[in-house]
Amino acid sequence: MSSHESTKHTLIVALALCIVCSVVVSSAAVLLRPAQQANKELDKKANILRAAGLLDENRSVEEQFANVQTRIVDLDTGRFTDAVDAGSYDQRKAAKDPSLSEKLSGEQDIAKIGRRVKYATVYLVSGPSGIEKVILPIKGYGLWSTLYGFLALESDMNTVAGLGFYEHAETPGLGGEVDNPEWKAKWIGKKVYADGEAKLSVIKGSVDGSSPAAVYQVDGLSGATLTSKGVDNLIHFWMGQNGYAGFLTNLRAEEA
Amino acid sequence: MAKTKDILLKPILDNNPIALQILGICSALAVTSSLQVSLVMCIALTLVTAFSNMFVSVIRNHIPGSIRIIVQMIIIASLVIVVDQILKAVAYSISKQLSVFVGLIITNCIVMGRAEAFAMKNPPIPSFLDGIGNGLGYSAMLISLAVIRELFGSGKLLGFEIMPDAYVPNGMLLLPPSAFFLIGLIIWGIRAYKPQQVEKAEFKMSPNTSVGEVA
Repeated sequence: MSSHESTKHTLIVALALCIVCSVVVSSAAVLLRPAQQANKELDKKANILRAAGLLDENRSVEEQFANVQTRIVDLDTGRFTDAVDAGSYDQRKAAKDPSLSEKLSGEQDIAKIGRRVKYATVYLVSGPSGIEKVILPIKGYGLWSTLYGFLALESDMNTVAGLGFYEHAETPGLGGEVDNPEWKAKWIGKKVYADGEAKLSVIKGSVDGSSPAAVYQVDGLSGATLTSKGVDNLIHFWMGQNGYAGFLTNLRAEEA
Repeated sequence: MAKTKDILLKPILDNNPIALQILGICSALAVTSSLQVSLVMCIALTLVTAFSNMFVSVIRNHIPGSIRIIVQMIIIASLVIVVDQILKAVAYSISKQLSVFVGLIITNCIVMGRAEAFAMKNPPIPSFLDGIGNGLGYSAMLISLAVIRELFGSGKLLGFEIMPDAYVPNGMLLLPPSAFFLIGLIIWGIRAYKPQQVEKAEFKMSPNTSVGEVA
């Protein structure tokens, strides 16, 4: 048995290699973090614009995002608040923080998110005639993962301007089809509320265009019943009383 | 330096890792629907293969035989993570499209195969070149696939419209199975041109028994 087959030598080589490699990996991660974070931020802005159908790929995202106003909404009162700073508020972190979120009871928690934030970030696109679009962050559990996305509404606070998910881990080709542009296009123009109640749903199969309910219905994804159900639930949750319903009512009455 | 040239260029046609050794097929199916993504994947894989070969070769005389595969894996995995982090920092949208496939370079048989077959027995510089060479072989295959798939599948190359408006894109080419057919056709082409690459049959089928033999 040669010397470098001994147990001692094996352990030394393994240990030295692990130390060198972990230093390399962690320094790469630490040094590149600022650039990665900037990219993530930019990607989020691009997603917000994309959900509202405003993204022009040929122009810089920053420049286009300049029109978008970021505001904080208190979900309990449904009014704008300055309790937290809109620039630095991290809604996803807040959802885990007991002081900034509250636990939902099983009955309330149809989107299976566990805790709901007290303050939500909303994005407003204003034009000459006031607010043109409002973009709301939404999330909810699908089949395997929590889907994070944005729902954009037109100035009537009722017509869907667009929907998009920027993070999920649903099965590619089945639940992952929530990213399919053709499916996302089906949402545009649908209505959310009927007599003050959130009616917009994802149904199983295809929408019958002639039925009066068609304007509140979106086709389910075939082969992805549970993901479709998850999207349906999260829309109901966020458009409901525990979500943005109060805020949207106030906004419609221009009292937010 | 005929030998250096051989190490560098042989893997492209004579000893192509995908076409002859049939390694690394999975990523070749997955990322070749667009040329831009394929190019980034090629660069990533070439760098990882080259540097992992070099580092494995540098310490090859100290690696105990009993843990050599683990040692190779650690080196490869570290390099892949570094590449992934760099991609996330400088080419975020492409790294999103490549998603898991950069991470899966770790399990790409080409990288591991070269470390074990070449770098463990050769000095660092030839090992490095062997890594580049095999990376180029992989790249040659990926780029040919990506050009065919993107051109006929979406009528574009690197995002620019190439095909006339009248051309109806063949969406089938954007699906992974089409890459499988294309790889098969390319392998057939290479082997028709270089018959010495055709493997010997491992067994021979015996003829069917004729009706009369069965009593």
